Amino acid sequence: MLSVTETREIIFSADLLNKMGEVVSHFPDGKQKSALLPILHDVQAEFGWVSPEAMDKVADFLEIEPIEVYEVATFYSMFFLRPQGKFVLEVCRTGPCCLVGAEKIISYIGEKLGVKEGQVTADGLFSYRGVECLAACGYAPVLQIGPEYTFYENLTTESVDQLIEELKNKN
Amino acid sequence: MGRKLLLEHINVPGINTLKVYREKGGYKALEKAIKTMSSDDLVEEVKKSGLRGRGGAGFPTGMKWSFLAKPEGVARYLVCNADESEPGTFKDRYLMTYIPHALIEGMIVSSFALGANTSYIYVRGEMMPQIRILEKAIAEAKEAGFLGKNILGSGYDLELYVQPGGGAYICGEETALLESLEGKRGNPRIKPPFPAIAGLYGCPTVVNNVESIAAIVPIINMGGDEYAKIGVGRSTGTKLISASGNINKPGVYEIELGLSVEDFIYSDDYCGGIANGKRLKAVVAGGSSVPILPANLILNLANGEKRLMSYESLSEGGFITGTMLGSGGFVVLDEDQSVVRNTWNFARFYSHESCGQCSPCREGTGWMEKVLHRLVNGKGKMSDMDLLVDVAKKIEGNTICPLGDAAAWPVASAIRHFRDEFEWYVNNPELSQKQNYGLAHYADPLPVLETVE
Repeated sequence: MLSVTETREIIFSADLLNKMGEVVSHFPDGKQKSALLPILHDVQAEFGWVSPEAMDKVADFLEIEPIEVYEVATFYSMFFLRPQGKFVLEVCRTGPCCLVGAEKIISYIGEKLGVKEGQVTADGLFSYRGVECLAACGYAPVLQIGPEYTFYENLTTESVDQLIEELKNKN
Repeated sequence: MGRKLLLEHINVPGINTLKVYREKGGYKALEKAIKTMSSDDLVEEVKKSGLRGRGGAGFPTGMKWSFLAKPEGVARYLVCNADESEPGTFKDRYLMTYIPHALIEGMIVSSFALGANTSYIYVRGEMMPQIRILEKAIAEAKEAGFLGKNILGSGYDLELYVQPGGGAYICGEETALLESLEGKRGNPRIKPPFPAIAGLYGCPTVVNNVESIAAIVPIINMGGDEYAKIGVGRSTGTKLISASGNINKPGVYEIELGLSVEDFIYSDDYCGGIANGKRLKAVVAGGSSVPILPANLILNLANGEKRLMSYESLSEGGFITGTMLGSGGFVVLDEDQSVVRNTWNFARFYSHESCGQCSPCREGTGWMEKVLHRLVNGKGKMSDMDLLVDVAKKIEGNTICPLGDAAAWPVASAIRHFRDEFEWYVNNPELSQKQNYGLAHYADPLPVLETVE
């Protein structure tokens, strides 16, 4: 699972280190491991994914064993263990969304981007994947884009076109 | 329209800010609690209210609080379960987005009642926008002196933090949530000991759902006895229902428990009827984990009386003809939907979300998903239905946490009530790929009693 390695040098910025320190302060002395999930989110927001190299640094920072970070990063679905597109479209594929057309939206996104689930477009901008229930069933179909997990609701093929166009321009 | 306690001011502009929330009576419960009531008084009020856990299990909140161990010199924790992940449920997201201070006030009052000086709100990681909203609300509350040291001059100190999850349905189970909050994989713990004795960091801990904690505010404001007058029987108060699927008005509705299911589906105050002029086929009434019921059985009890939106009425008839209120995730399927496909979809969900700790769940959910997948794709066998029921039975009750049961019930109930539709897939492998089975007899006015297993 951790077969992909980082090609860049991983340096934690002062800003990132500040955030990490702030999260640790939420917990009692000696319980700094509790900060692991929030820190992995921050690391992913900075580097786009969580590489083994970045995880080792997190382990150092929290004074825990690297395996304690790996086992957590591989358990939770939000952490990317390989590089992704700049924008990862995560579309809900669970029951209520599918009752109102989520499957159609997922295959439309695949056709439109010309890649399979999990692959990255040639320009490095997009990847997509189906994810389980996002707790937004009343606004279905929905997709989210990290790292701030902005939601796009009541999706249609037209609104997907528009969204992808906007993201391209934003770049 | 029934009485509203949680969403009364939902449409007031700026209700997400401390200023407007206070203008509408916000933080009065906190003042009342902290200035005039003791910890025991508060627990007593919550007991009197009859409030039952709004996350899905329906366990009485006051009783849960009274189990909290209070050894000398040991920290106690309150942890709010905002890991809302049950398919069909999105009420907590709604509450946190629009009235974050209802949760913050509830957290402060509840923490005071339990004697916790540090509390956490564990929010699913995908709800980053809600995490930001809560962080802002906490900063506002701190600024106003409702959080931090010596709250309202009482000598009581409380720090409140928001913690993101990592995307795992299992962390909605309270001991998995605590593991996750400790920075570990979300593997549920073996109970006992229950969190009330040994929870976060081995300390006594209460874990409550967002809606349960928000409901503490009106309970303290109006008194437990008054709150208990709303609702029906042991289903007291109001409940947020997340309505989704093929209805005219999907969304979050606050209902007085005891409203009839028929009114909830067809009244313009709520779901507004089935979308596109279609007819009702089936409902999953309490989130994906609860048994699915055909139209006739969700609208009426087996004896022909109207079914109500309450813990008791929804579970009337057990799993033979009833279901559960669960988390209040109300998913409506119209006549064009395939129950077989929906069941496969839910089975895939549970297979994906099983933590892998217990063999029956880890292996069983995968098997059910595979068998249902071949059925959906017209490659099923007539023996598959019995096989599915058999696997479901072997998961149910044989796992550390209720995810196993939650995976087994939707499959077993779909086959119980919609067996003919499954058989139709087997008998019509090609046709079933082109069209749906349709409404069949599921909307017959009189309930069709299935054979007792």
